[in-house]
Amino acid sequence: MDLIGYENYFWLSTALFSIGILGILIRRNMIILLMCIEIMLNAANLMFIAFAYKWGNMDGHIFVFFSMLVAAAEAAVGLALMVLIYRKFKTVDISYLDKLKF
Amino acid sequence: MEIQNIIFIILSALTLMCALGVVFSKNPIHSGLLLVLTMFSISGHYLLLHAQFVAIVNIIVYAGAVMVLLLFVLMLLNLNKDNEPQKSIMVKIIGTLSAGGIMISLVAVSKIFLVQKSMQGRPIAEDFGYVKSLGALLFTDYILPFELASILFLAAIVGAVFLGTRSVENK
Repeated sequence: MDLIGYENYFWLSTALFSIGILGILIRRNMIILLMCIEIMLNAANLMFIAFAYKWGNMDGHIFVFFSMLVAAAEAAVGLALMVLIYRKFKTVDISYLDKLKF
Repeated sequence: MEIQNIIFIILSALTLMCALGVVFSKNPIHSGLLLVLTMFSISGHYLLLHAQFVAIVNIIVYAGAVMVLLLFVLMLLNLNKDNEPQKSIMVKIIGTLSAGGIMISLVAVSKIFLVQKSMQGRPIAEDFGYVKSLGALLFTDYILPFELASILFLAAIVGAVFLGTRSVENK
């Protein structure tokens, strides 16, 4: 790494991942939880890109590409599930969704 | 101080503040819009790291598709009002402590890792991050995962359509 120093990307990515975990732990709205999952995925992607640049190897870009594909599929199915849950329970608050069978 | 470092600091501050805004915003619509800003600043980081194609794909896929879907669902469900009952302050404190503990442990592990391996790194090639080299890699070494991703997308489409059109009445 010539200019910025990949350790800084390490700290930034770690902080971003921790913010995602913080959101998962303290929020109750399901859509916000999905957004926090996206933040955590992006923290991992940032780490991949930083190390791909450090090693001069483009395999990390491929991994980030596939991670984005999976995130897009996950968001589509997750939001369809969320619409279904909202139609049934009239809420997206996870603290009311505590039954395994209904 | 070089211009890259200044850009890095500004982008990092923007990224972290927008991510914190996503977590602490009362209005879910504001959370979604701040997440779009977070994605844009992360794309700026990708540009700094010579990953042009990934930066553009990040903007198109995340800020374009996923966030539009999220905001669309938020507005469809009419959740753009503050009706979320707040968790107790105890849960918030415990959550913050847990997230801080995870961050500290990650930092400690990476410190050990960085100290143990004095990683030298390698200079990047001339065509690093270009669409051409990425496509060559994607269609030679990673052709099997690429095709499997299309099957995953087919499954996701079928699942989303099935869930979306299912009637709620039959229990």
